[in-house]
Amino acid sequence: MQKIGVFICWCGSNIAATVDVEAVAEAVKTEPNVVFSTNYQYMCSEGGQSAIRNAIAEHGLTGIVVCACSPRMHEATFRKAAAVAGLNPYMVEIANIREQCSWIHKEKSEGTEKAIILARAAVAKLNRNVPLFAGESPVIKRALVIGGGIAGIQTALDVADAGYEVDIVEKTPTIGGKMAMLDKTFPTLDCAACILTPKMVDASAHEKINLYTYSEVESVSGFVGNFTVNIRKRARAVNSDLCTGCGVCVEKCPSKSAKSEFNQGLCNRSAIYIPFAQAIPNVPVIDRDACIKFKTGKCGICEKVCTAKAIDYDQEDEIITKQYGAVVLATGFKPISMERYDEFQYAQCPDVITSLEFERICNAAGPTKGKVLRPSDHEPPKTVVFVQCVGSRATVDCGKTYCSKICCMYTAKHAMLLREKYPDTEAYVFYIDVRTPGKSFDEFYRRAVEEYGVHYIKGMVGKVAEEDGHLIVQGSDLIADKQVVIKADMVVLAAAIEPDPTARSLGTMFTASMDTNDFFTEAHPKLRPVESPTAGIFLSGLCQGPKDIPDTVAQAGAAASKVIGLLSKDKLMGNPCVAGCSEPLCNGCSSCELVCPYGAITYEDKMVIDHGVRETRRVACVNEAVCQGCGACTVTCPSGAMDLKGFTNLQIMAEVDAICR
Amino acid sequence: MPINEKGGAFNPLIVAFCCNWRSYAGADLAGSSRLNYPVNVKVIRVPCSCRVNPLFILRAFQRGADGVIMCGCHPGDCHYTSGNYFARRRTALLFSMLDFLGIEKGRTRVEWVSAAEGAKFANTMNQFAETISALGECKRLEDIRCVESEI
Ligand SMILES: Cc1cc2nc3c(=O)[nH]c(=O)nc-3n(C[C@H](O)[C@H](O)[C@H](O)COP(=O)(O)OP(=O)(O)OC[C@H]3O[C@@H](n4cnc5c(N)ncnc54)[C@H](O)[C@@H]3O)c2cc1C
Ligand code: SF4
Ligand code: SF4
Ligand code: FES
Repeated sequence: MQKIGVFICWCGSNIAATVDVEAVAEAVKTEPNVVFSTNYQYMCSEGGQSAIRNAIAEHGLTGIVVCACSPRMHEATFRKAAAVAGLNPYMVEIANIREQCSWIHKEKSEGTEKAIILARAAVAKLNRNVPLFAGESPVIKRALVIGGGIAGIQTALDVADAGYEVDIVEKTPTIGGKMAMLDKTFPTLDCAACILTPKMVDASAHEKINLYTYSEVESVSGFVGNFTVNIRKRARAVNSDLCTGCGVCVEKCPSKSAKSEFNQGLCNRSAIYIPFAQAIPNVPVIDRDACIKFKTGKCGICEKVCTAKAIDYDQEDEIITKQYGAVVLATGFKPISMERYDEFQYAQCPDVITSLEFERICNAAGPTKGKVLRPSDHEPPKTVVFVQCVGSRATVDCGKTYCSKICCMYTAKHAMLLREKYPDTEAYVFYIDVRTPGKSFDEFYRRAVEEYGVHYIKGMVGKVAEEDGHLIVQGSDLIADKQVVIKADMVVLAAAIEPDPTARSLGTMFTASMDTNDFFTEAHPKLRPVESPTAGIFLSGLCQGPKDIPDTVAQAGAAASKVIGLLSKDKLMGNPCVAGCSEPLCNGCSSCELVCPYGAITYEDKMVIDHGVRETRRVACVNEAVCQGCGACTVTCPSGAMDLKGFTNLQIMAEVDAICR
Repeated sequence: MPINEKGGAFNPLIVAFCCNWRSYAGADLAGSSRLNYPVNVKVIRVPCSCRVNPLFILRAFQRGADGVIMCGCHPGDCHYTSGNYFARRRTALLFSMLDFLGIEKGRTRVEWVSAAEGAKFANTMNQFAETISALGECKRLEDIRCVESEI
């Protein structure tokens, strides 16, 4: 038998002006098991809380209903107050008579009547409450960062500097990501490598940071504070411990016809390769599809020339299993494929290139040693047309509806770099809008126009066609309201960017939700921008949405601070409002397992006593640390075996009954 | 003014199930923005729209509700990623069955309300209450299980 106390708050006049609090206190007295009721000016104040504590002690209350503001405001406050008085915090129910009553109704009689009904519903629910106990789980003090671009590197450095171990898993042979491919960076025009490579070195030299390059996450289990992750470390066919990074093998390798990924396919690389000079780790990888030894069994030159005896053709993939308290997704992006954009002739004309290819062409360590030359005939172009928004802000099926955010700025940068190096070369930019909402961004763009004489044309390009070694670009000039035709030597497409194609499978693996474009979604778009809705998963960099380097680094630091906050705890209190299975009712049908978004349900053979018969049956078991308490399973269960603590079938039915009385 | 069977003013009873993470917060925002909607609407908080058992809705109609509305996060936005998709399918089935049983489609509704959509919550409730008022009193679903006291 419960003994229930009901406390009605005036909230100054916020509630009391439209609800007759005395009348509510009087009316609830006749509700089942209510032994005490009172009202007070501010229940949440120290005075109010002590009134609650005293009443619990004096009347031996087993549960309380507080009729006040939304439970989203003060449920935690009143649970704490109850706990101080020795009551189980889950024996507290809130009737929301402010946001959902006094503030929306004007007539006092109406407000009072509704408040009484809401209080009755809360009492009816509380009558079916039982004490609940939150489980505790330990926090593994190590973080996993997936993706070793600038986002992942920055997050890892910040977490490691706070004293926690961090592992970075990077799928390519080196960390650095797209930033390593860039030449200069807007809006300051400092060289990307000069600011990135020191960070790459810091990360590899940091005693708390461990790099797994050429590796991918294969599977994950567990939950916040305690994830178990299997990492596949792919075989490089080179023993990293022995390799000195001298590069002789790369030089001597006779197979030199594979396209260089790092240089966007603009030049070739050998079968055994280091992506770029400052790669970290500075250990080559054998590309098995290009290697003669792997294809035919012959060759073996690299093994012969390696004085360190580091080449190991028999090396196999390694599976590493490790535990982590927090996981950061930093998988970045890639430009969308231009193959389908026939109007720009990307696939047909070698001199139609993407912006990322242009970065490589500008770069002193790139395929042309920094000279801007046409890929077709290695001649310097006299006229270059840049096309913005290729595939961004699109309504057609092949594009992206969003703005890629960085293209306006890097196109201005490209045009400026071009004009600076080759003042005789003309630069045209076709744009829909020029969007420059960043610090020093608009000034940067205006410099391109005013100081560097870049021709900006508002309009889109309709067609590019090759003619006598030139590219004829047809477009519209919306301001002059006419068609324009430009005889160009090179066309640079600012391709839309999209999340890395592996993001989707990671999202499924970690139950990190994604939007329709496969960007990871944040727990709250404004208030929790670096957390995934799934506890313990954090977001860093472009995988969450288009952004430039300053934004990426800022977000990476923010994600790190959230990770540090989590790892600094020794234990996590679980949410006790989780699902539970009544074993005698369960028939092991697997329905619940199929709907659980967190994989919290497994099955075990257990001894159950059903109508006096003992038998071993397959029954559902909920992992309380994994269950998030959504309740999907409870409704799916055909036998009524699953129920959700804190929101049981009987509790909700009781509320329905009380409201419909 | 709609009239009930006994000739008095008809005061519809509306039960609204709201998911804790977004729609309940949307309802709170309607309150803190002081947007009015009828007192007839009573909200029941559930963790997610997928926690709404069809039995709860049937129960409400058995006990005299004139309309039931379920509010959850927008598709793709559910706090538990997929709960509202289950809820959407379940209610689609249930509501057409209820319609067949004589509880007209207008008396049941699903609406996605985010935490930022206080105005949408209030508008929805105003419209829904209007629809229910126009439909008049709902005939009760008979609970054909024997009630103990009647045996
Ligand atoms: C042409 C061009 C020019 C630009 N110019 C500028 C500029 O001038 N100034 C500026 O501020 N910004 C510029 N940017 C933007 C800048 O490149 C990005 O903001 C930045 O690189 C984002 O960093 P990131 O770490 O989030 O992503 P990325 O650099 O893409 O890094 C992600 C990393 O994760 C790895 N990865 C992906 N999936 C997995 C997986 N499943 N497992 C393991 N590892 C994985 C990838 O291999 C990669 O190394 C430019 C972009 C482009 C395309
Ligand atoms: S309540 Fe939700 S999270 Fe918990 S076991 Fe059921 S379906 Fe899974
Ligand atoms: S759905 Fe119900 S009966 Fe089926 S396995 Fe889950 S708990 Fe058991
Ligand atoms: S939490 Fe809102 S619908 Fe699932």
